[in-house]
Amino acid sequence: MSTISEPPRTTFHPAMLINDTRYRGLTFQFVALVLIIVFMAFLGMNLVNNLALAGLNISFDFLGEPANYDINQALIPYSSRSTHLRAAIVGLLNTLLVAFMACITATIIGVFAGVLRLSKNWLVRKLMSVYVEAFRNVPVLIWILMIGTIVQQGPSPRVYLGEDPERGLFLGLFAFTNRGITAPAPVFGPGSLWVVLALVTGIVGAILWRRHVRKTLYASGRLLPNWPIFLILLLPPVIVFLLLGRPIGVDMPDVLANRFNIQGGIELQRPLIALWLALSVYTGAFIAENVRAGILSVSRGQTEAAASLGFRPNRIMNLVILPQALRVIIPPLISQYLNITKNSSLAIAVGYADITATLGGITLNQTGRAIESILLLMLFYLVVSLLISAVMNIYNSSVALKER
Amino acid sequence: MKKTVLIGALTAGGLAAGMASAASLSDVQSRGTLNCGVSTGLVGFSAPDANGNWQGFDVALCRAVAAAVLGDPNAVEFVPTTGKTRFTSLASGEIDLLARNTTWTFSRDTDLGFEFTGINYYDGQGFMVPTNLGVTSALDLDGATVCVQTGTTTELNLADFFRANNISYEPVPVETNAEGQQQYLAGACDAYTTDASGLAATRAAFENPGDHVILPEIISKEPLGPLVTEGDSDASQWGDIVRWTLNALIAAEELGINSTNVADMASSAGDNPEVNRLLGTEGNLGEMIGLSNDWAVQAISAGGNYGELFERNIGENTPIGLARGLNALWTDGGLLYTPPFR
Repeated sequence: MSTISEPPRTTFHPAMLINDTRYRGLTFQFVALVLIIVFMAFLGMNLVNNLALAGLNISFDFLGEPANYDINQALIPYSSRSTHLRAAIVGLLNTLLVAFMACITATIIGVFAGVLRLSKNWLVRKLMSVYVEAFRNVPVLIWILMIGTIVQQGPSPRVYLGEDPERGLFLGLFAFTNRGITAPAPVFGPGSLWVVLALVTGIVGAILWRRHVRKTLYASGRLLPNWPIFLILLLPPVIVFLLLGRPIGVDMPDVLANRFNIQGGIELQRPLIALWLALSVYTGAFIAENVRAGILSVSRGQTEAAASLGFRPNRIMNLVILPQALRVIIPPLISQYLNITKNSSLAIAVGYADITATLGGITLNQTGRAIESILLLMLFYLVVSLLISAVMNIYNSSVALKER
Repeated sequence: MKKTVLIGALTAGGLAAGMASAASLSDVQSRGTLNCGVSTGLVGFSAPDANGNWQGFDVALCRAVAAAVLGDPNAVEFVPTTGKTRFTSLASGEIDLLARNTTWTFSRDTDLGFEFTGINYYDGQGFMVPTNLGVTSALDLDGATVCVQTGTTTELNLADFFRANNISYEPVPVETNAEGQQQYLAGACDAYTTDASGLAATRAAFENPGDHVILPEIISKEPLGPLVTEGDSDASQWGDIVRWTLNALIAAEELGINSTNVADMASSAGDNPEVNRLLGTEGNLGEMIGLSNDWAVQAISAGGNYGELFERNIGENTPIGLARGLNALWTDGGLLYTPPFR
């Protein structure tokens, strides 16, 4: 006797794929997946067909051929006889250089502006609001062009040139012209490696001294003086430098070498300065908002508690608020760093030779290998962005709330 | 099953739609306008005037082709292109014809899949410097900063020239002639280099042209001409039309046909059989390239023969002031020489 009937065992039939709620979701996902695959295949086939129609093929052989063009800023040896691959690497290093410099300055500007936007001083607060709103709401390309024009307003390098120049070098060391800033450059002779090693030793020693100071402070409450740190830092490299007979020399800017430009020394060129400043102030405005949001996310009770313990306002900010705010600040900061790297591709607007200008610009144009160049360019930006994210994520997990 | 067919049809339809095709006569005729790629602004060659109408030597060629094909010299859509974008625009079919002082080179003709349809200006690369710099030769430019348009043959010649003469320079890449002019005047570079004709045109647009001098050295051969995409037989017919329109303008000068007497000469067959064939009063040359028999009459009436276009846009009486030089007819000691019309 079985009054309790078993659930009806229905056999599976195709209509259930639509009618039965258990399967409907899966059906739609499957259909969507198929559609996406078909669309991608269509795009790929379209590319292959059109290439065949135009009689073109995909080949990366051009990377090994001489580039035949010159680049105004190369961090590694480069001449017009170098290959297209080397030109791409020169561009890549230039991209990384400007992105790295801009990330650092944008962070500094952003933190200051973000903190000051919460200042009790009305004028400072409003000034920072104006900065943030003005820079966030105007396209970065316009800022790059504008700062490029401002940087161009200096005197021509010719005013510094010759036996009897119109203007002497600033402090006898620096020249500020409409083409950039020239400064003395270090020249590393044989034996300079030992000096560098001695400097590293000095830095390690200085860190150990700081630790020792902190340890004695916590252990005995006795505050040791801070000045020995400078001795520990500077004495070893200076002694080695003098002992080895000054292996590191200085290459001074030479105003007599020719009549067009200052030769010698190291030059921070106008395109780099313009792009660096523009990316810094533009992204700094976004970072300022991230910082402000982070600070506001820390409850007011924390400030009051710290104040009641007798902390001064700047100590409250540095020791109590900012460490907690970092948890909120870091994730959006990662995307701002990615934005800087990607926005640096606008470099050609001021004539800076980044990878978009070399590989994606001149090389693409001279060889006609558009698809290959753009694919390489995409691959490069993807890899760099993922690397930045990875590094920043590691840092983020180190400041994140430790949950056990 | 039905779905598979639908997806198949969609794919096929999408594929057909996505194909970039080379320009052809029927495309241009059914559209009713010619899409002509020109520079972003080089006075004398292609630049909009105060009323926004494109004027210049390259523009005149576009108008002549439009007149030959469509019977209307104003049925042209001008597409400004930079040194970097011009080839992509042409290859993608966005423009039917590129008339943008583009140098005819081996790899552009073969590897990039384009077809140069003649030379409308024999040029060479030169340098311009401020007079007060005291430079009299390009060889004095050791250590100078030079503005150069990126993505051009100029950029490569520049590197070769300085390398061959074992002197150094610092390039400042710019995207357009206007940007180059601005950078040069702002003193961001000591010298500006581009084709000598372009330098003359740029200098003419300066407030004080006398403060700048074009150096005597011409460091390269720059045969400038119109180009189209290479492709099937339709595309090669289109290439023929552009080639022979340019040839017709040059032949017209040689045969003494100009914008004032062309209507008269075309009204009835005259004594010179070549003139008759060119103007369509004898034979069927127009038919052979898929056009009406008065195609050359239309092209010449659009702005005149080669000589008239030269004098009006870039000749010695214009601010640009270029002499005919290499661009004179072969009968006058120049290089212009058209194959016979027969």
